[in-house]
Amino acid sequence: MTQPKTLFEKIWESHLVAESDDAPSILYIDLHLVHEVTSPQAFSGLREKGLKVRRPERTIGTMDHSIPTLSLDLETADAMAIQQLEQFEKNCDQFGVQFYGMDSPNRGIVHVIGPEQGFTQPGQTIVCGDSHTSTHGAFGALAFGIGTSEVEHVLASQSLLQNRPKTCLVKFEGKLQPGVTAKDMILALNAKIGIGGGTGYVFEYAGEAIRALNMEERMTLCNMSIEAGARAGMVAPDDVTFDYLKGRPYAPQGEAWDAAVTKWRKLPSDKGAEYDKTINVDVENLEPMVTFGTNPGMGIQVSEAVPSPNNERDAAKQSALQKALDYMDLVPASNLKGHTVNVVFIGSCTNSRMSDLRAAASILKGRKVAEGMRLLVVPGSENIRKEAEAEGIDKIVRDAGGEWRFAGCSMCIAMNGDNLEPGQYAVSTSNRNFEGRQGKGGRTFLASPLTAAASAITGKVTDPRELM
Amino acid sequence: MKSFTKLTSKIIPLPNTDVDTDQIIPARYLKVIDKSGLAEGLFDSWRRLEDGSPNPDFPLNQDEYQGAQVLLAGDNFGCGSSREHAPWALMGWGINVVISTSFADIFRGNALKNGLLPIVVSEEIQTSLFDLSEEAPTATVDINLETQTLTLPDGTQVSFEIDTFSKTCMLEGIDQLGYLLKHDEQIAAFEEARA
Ligand code: SF4
Repeated sequence: MTQPKTLFEKIWESHLVAESDDAPSILYIDLHLVHEVTSPQAFSGLREKGLKVRRPERTIGTMDHSIPTLSLDLETADAMAIQQLEQFEKNCDQFGVQFYGMDSPNRGIVHVIGPEQGFTQPGQTIVCGDSHTSTHGAFGALAFGIGTSEVEHVLASQSLLQNRPKTCLVKFEGKLQPGVTAKDMILALNAKIGIGGGTGYVFEYAGEAIRALNMEERMTLCNMSIEAGARAGMVAPDDVTFDYLKGRPYAPQGEAWDAAVTKWRKLPSDKGAEYDKTINVDVENLEPMVTFGTNPGMGIQVSEAVPSPNNERDAAKQSALQKALDYMDLVPASNLKGHTVNVVFIGSCTNSRMSDLRAAASILKGRKVAEGMRLLVVPGSENIRKEAEAEGIDKIVRDAGGEWRFAGCSMCIAMNGDNLEPGQYAVSTSNRNFEGRQGKGGRTFLASPLTAAASAITGKVTDPRELM
Repeated sequence: MKSFTKLTSKIIPLPNTDVDTDQIIPARYLKVIDKSGLAEGLFDSWRRLEDGSPNPDFPLNQDEYQGAQVLLAGDNFGCGSSREHAPWALMGWGINVVISTSFADIFRGNALKNGLLPIVVSEEIQTSLFDLSEEAPTATVDINLETQTLTLPDGTQVSFEIDTFSKTCMLEGIDQLGYLLKHDEQIAAFEEARA
């Protein structure tokens, strides 16, 4: 009998081009996603060296980070963003890379359109100059973020130099209570193991609670694997995965589809396969989660009090916690629930898909946002925007007093003019609450779309179950 | 890539843990299409006060650290985004070594590909280096990549790990892409076999 293998091992081993004792392995890359911010210097590198893109048909370009979301033209973008966007279009054009520009009906956030178009498939190796590439692991792919030098490597060679990471099985057991979502699961994991807890590992998420998630929820979960420092996060493909992919524009069709599914069914980890580490999380009694601090590992359940640095024995941790609370201007041991919120942002590659927008709309419907509240809802792709509009979600958002935008990263990274003002508090469905991430001096509470929508209505950090 | 062999430098202390790449270089500086000018944005929010003037309490603004090439940071340096602008900004300012107890994976890889040396030390050494930088801010350390040693002012030698491949690339200033392209035939054979 052959040695039982994990999902990760199967993908890793089937993509090894070369192995050597004194260099990292050469790993073949199936799908390379590129966007405007982390690719310009890589394309310049190719140009300087006289190199081509080795497999342009395996390379997909979209603009999402620095684009405006107020309109589909660049009128409201600043001069530097325009220069970057124009350069990106030129680069894709010159190197023959398929490009989703402002006028493309299929444009959107890179990690949203990959799966939506069916580019993302089980068993693939997928990279992008963006740490949230981990999102695509939801399909049982090995997907991870790379730097710009590596973007150049993949463009030129369709391969990467990689040291083999370790594996960690993350088992989520139990059933989620109503009002508790995949976002709360991943925030709970991040709170449990901390922002560096996954460094050096690839996570495989398993267990009853994972099997119960739909693909959009699995993407939310895998998306924030990087927030624990994990190289990647993955979920074994199953019928839920195949049902989602079937019929998507770039998914295999007809006989090729059947052959692909047969192959994909062999991907899940074998019985008895070994991991370097295992983490168990019980979600049965989990409440909606909210972060209080300045990294995504600083999260609590909504009914819990903000921790107190005095209770922290480790000096470095104590000082980190104090710094975070100072930046957030929060009182130790106070309740987060009920804390004033000025802005609510619903969007980003973590939570901007149909199920997220529907969840938010279920709370917003027939209600008005709190006095002085700014609510920004930004769909993850133009297809999602149109689908949501067909369902009337745009109207629900506008009637509630919110802003409804075109697709993009928007206030997740605040590069495009959508940002917090200094001192403002936001509840955001995005993935990072780092100092200034959503605008210089801005303060972010990360939460699920349900919690975000509920907080928009009350103007305070709110347990969404009270409005459901 | 710039080659790195050894250096002698003062240490800039940055005791924060989990320094994320949004702090190293905020997103508003990422609209550039080349690698230059990023030093301007290095630690922007910590380095400048609200009115844009230099924050006198931040080490990069203090006279004694000008010209220093070694940054000493708290645990888990470089977490967050994959932006290679982070090592570009650090190196643009003049930093060639970062010392911490741990680095985020992507940052570490990005640093090594640019000739910025990430050195992992034990908590003990980290603490003594922080103490040193407080007691004697002008004291210098020696870093030698060839021998993989960090020498403290009192002569204590601390060895550090680096994989052979990255070490060779850094010592000789070799771009790793060259190595990959040398495997062109194997890559083609791999593609062929799967087609
Ligand atoms: S939505 Fe945010 S996290 Fe996702 S790709 Fe855009 S900037 Fe990155």
